[in-house]
Amino acid sequence: MAAASFTAAKFLAPVAARSGGEKAPPLPAGASSSSFARAMRRGGAHHPRLRTALAVSSDVLAGNKAQAAAANPAVTREEALELYEDMVLGRVFEDMCAQMYYRGKMFGFVHLYNGQEAVSTGFIKYLNQADCVVSTYRDHVHALSKGVPARSVMAELFGKATGCCRGQGGSMHMFSAPHNLLGGFAFIGEGIPVATGAAFAAKYRHEVLKQSGPDGLDVTVAFFGDGTCNNGQFFECLNMAQLWKLPIIFVVENNLWAIGMSHLRATSDPEIFKKGPAFGMPGVHVDGMDVLKVREVAKEAIDRARRGEGPTLVECETYRFRGHSLADPDELRKPGKDYFPVSFYFFASLVKFLVLTRLSGEMENGIKASLAKFAVVWYSVVPIELVNETLLSDFSFLSSLHSSYLICQHSDRYDEKSHYAARDPITALKKYIIEENLGTESELKSIEKKIEDVVEEAVEFADASPHPPRSQLLENVFADPKGFGIGPDGKYRCEDPKFTQGTAQV
Amino acid sequence: MLGAARRQLGSGPMLGQVLRRLRPAAVAEATRGYSAAAKEMTVRDALNSALDEEMSADPSVFLMGEEVGEYQGAYKISKGLLDKYGPDRVLDTPITEAGFTGIGVGAAYQGLRPIVEFMTFNFSMQAIDHIINSAAKSNYMSAGQISVPIVFRGPNGAAAGVGAQHSQCYAAWYAHVPGLKVLTPYSAEDARGLLKAAIRDPDPVIFLENELLYGESFPVSAEVLDSSFCLPIGKAKIEREGKDVTITAFSKMVGYALQAAEILSKEGISAEVINLRSIRPLDRAAINASVRKTNRLVTVEEGFPQHGVGSEICMSVVEDSFEYLDAPVERIAGADVPMPYAANLERMAVPQVSSFSSILNFLLALAHTV
Repeated sequence: MAAASFTAAKFLAPVAARSGGEKAPPLPAGASSSSFARAMRRGGAHHPRLRTALAVSSDVLAGNKAQAAAANPAVTREEALELYEDMVLGRVFEDMCAQMYYRGKMFGFVHLYNGQEAVSTGFIKYLNQADCVVSTYRDHVHALSKGVPARSVMAELFGKATGCCRGQGGSMHMFSAPHNLLGGFAFIGEGIPVATGAAFAAKYRHEVLKQSGPDGLDVTVAFFGDGTCNNGQFFECLNMAQLWKLPIIFVVENNLWAIGMSHLRATSDPEIFKKGPAFGMPGVHVDGMDVLKVREVAKEAIDRARRGEGPTLVECETYRFRGHSLADPDELRKPGKDYFPVSFYFFASLVKFLVLTRLSGEMENGIKASLAKFAVVWYSVVPIELVNETLLSDFSFLSSLHSSYLICQHSDRYDEKSHYAARDPITALKKYIIEENLGTESELKSIEKKIEDVVEEAVEFADASPHPPRSQLLENVFADPKGFGIGPDGKYRCEDPKFTQGTAQV
Repeated sequence: MLGAARRQLGSGPMLGQVLRRLRPAAVAEATRGYSAAAKEMTVRDALNSALDEEMSADPSVFLMGEEVGEYQGAYKISKGLLDKYGPDRVLDTPITEAGFTGIGVGAAYQGLRPIVEFMTFNFSMQAIDHIINSAAKSNYMSAGQISVPIVFRGPNGAAAGVGAQHSQCYAAWYAHVPGLKVLTPYSAEDARGLLKAAIRDPDPVIFLENELLYGESFPVSAEVLDSSFCLPIGKAKIEREGKDVTITAFSKMVGYALQAAEILSKEGISAEVINLRSIRPLDRAAINASVRKTNRLVTVEEGFPQHGVGSEICMSVVEDSFEYLDAPVERIAGADVPMPYAANLERMAVPQVSSFSSILNFLLALAHTV
């Protein structure tokens, strides 16, 4: 844990002061003129709007530190151990998933969450049972953090009838109504409007149905990735959530990669947190490998939403240690064997140029191409896509130089995996707990052992569980399959033949 | 009657007092007699009254869509609802079909009962991911934990001269998906009963209206006007009984089929017209019973012919009542082209009443020669 850590407590203070005295009434309001209705009637014309970048803050990006953090965020011993246990559960569970997948117990698409545990734990452990979580296909750990038992999740992954969705959802569609886990969506961006709708329902329940929770509004947290932040639905929901002041937190798990598409290659302005203020809501960037920082930001955003002050966009800089899914060979993030200095690439390209131009007049194109490929594979630093782009098309010196430039540009990528591995959230929290005397080494070891037993037991449970019965195939297509106006006595509510027969008078 | 009395006695507060003193019983009788006569209602009023009644009966029902509030509805279907229920329950949304449809679905996950209006169902294509993936499939994927009591409604099919991108019929598209219920009202009675049933239904319902039917009036009985009136989903209506040929139709085509049946009856052919009302689930029992009676079937729809509703009906009849068919099933559908703009081409692209008669005559002539 860095000494200068982020305290999010004041990231909205400048905003409130600037809003011209028009602040949201405290909850529970119960007043005749609801803030909800007022916000919607306003339609934006007199809406207190955040106009400056003071609503944006980051504790990671240089030059954007809005507040200077003085002390470490406070966390009690119980909280710290709870966070540790939850993160270890996520990590051990996902590692077990990988094992089970390669043994054929799990199949299809499985997307693992290794390395991102701080985000899930940091946010979800601060939520209540009534708060909702909406996730993407990388949802196992969100389910675990929200309280779905490990055995239910494992059985679901095995496709057994004892899974949380009785085997009908699978890895990408985890639903649990008692835990308010609303999925599990395979399509990028699909969960964001659904989460916004759940937040809408929370506000509606409070304002229209007058059903208030004791703490305030029920909050919804939507988790999604960096690739999703270029999707239209994301922007549509930022707009509507702020327009209607919905109690939602948009959490971007920016792990820099969308399958094999680097965030920098896909996004015109890669700083996602800045997109919040464009819609009038605070945008916060936080180190997603540090669970205590994430928790600080989560507290502020969640409390804010509960009070009815509206949505927040939180960008968590994080990293996934494994590939996109278990079927992903993860070649584009391959670590380099060595880190070559720039001058080496210059000389390498010069040599390549000389060799290839010597050959150009003497051999066929095919051999030339193979030699070119051999050259770069021998260096084993250039990804295959760059070979195709620059080396086969023409052999000018400029193109060789260009390829070297691209190599250099991408060379920092080869540090990426080890860079983030060094910031593993679990080891960081462990170190913090021991240094701050919140727990001993043996206590943490016993937590780890306990979790390993839990996950082992989950696997045994899932293994021993039955497959769904054949009759389950046709069940649950509808909540009311006969529906169709059938009353409690089993007859149609409108049996009157007049409504199903008649001779028309044209 | 009272109007005539007013003209004789003059208007003003004196009139009321005079009437009340002299003939209170007669006035009451006159009022009673007046209301017992058959009432006519436009489809627009039928939909509006259904929305009104369901929203007042259940506070978790709310309406969202473009222009449904202050504009009183793009086609005035939601007229008066904003004033009555307030902006909390009648939401004007920004032009973000994907976003607000998803919001409706998320609200339905949490137990509210949204009615999402699409200005036309063509725009539902921008939101079709949510209709199918997050609404239709959720009850199944969650094994019954999360049901989605949502209604997607709006005008469907061709209007007049609105061009290719505003004229497609989506009945076949949505009827293809398990997890959705698809309803297509024709008359005011259908509109009222089916919309109420859709709002009360715990599953996602696609409610396909028709813009050209909004202004048409239909007679409605007193039962239809009752606030607990509700039609069953999945049951068709035999609009006109007949014995020579069965014509199945839905939405605007029912009106055309009835006109065609009238023309045919003058030529001695008695056609049975079935108003499908529900495309998914299809009332296969009614269709098959009718075909077993008449032995001939013509399916009518406005949409594109390939993979359309008529194909499914034909297959259903072939599966269940093949021996009863005296002639091949005939299909009347729209032309297999995007809707043209020119008025004469547009007329050719959609079934007309004349198309029915010619096909039916051909069919029957064929049958008689066998």
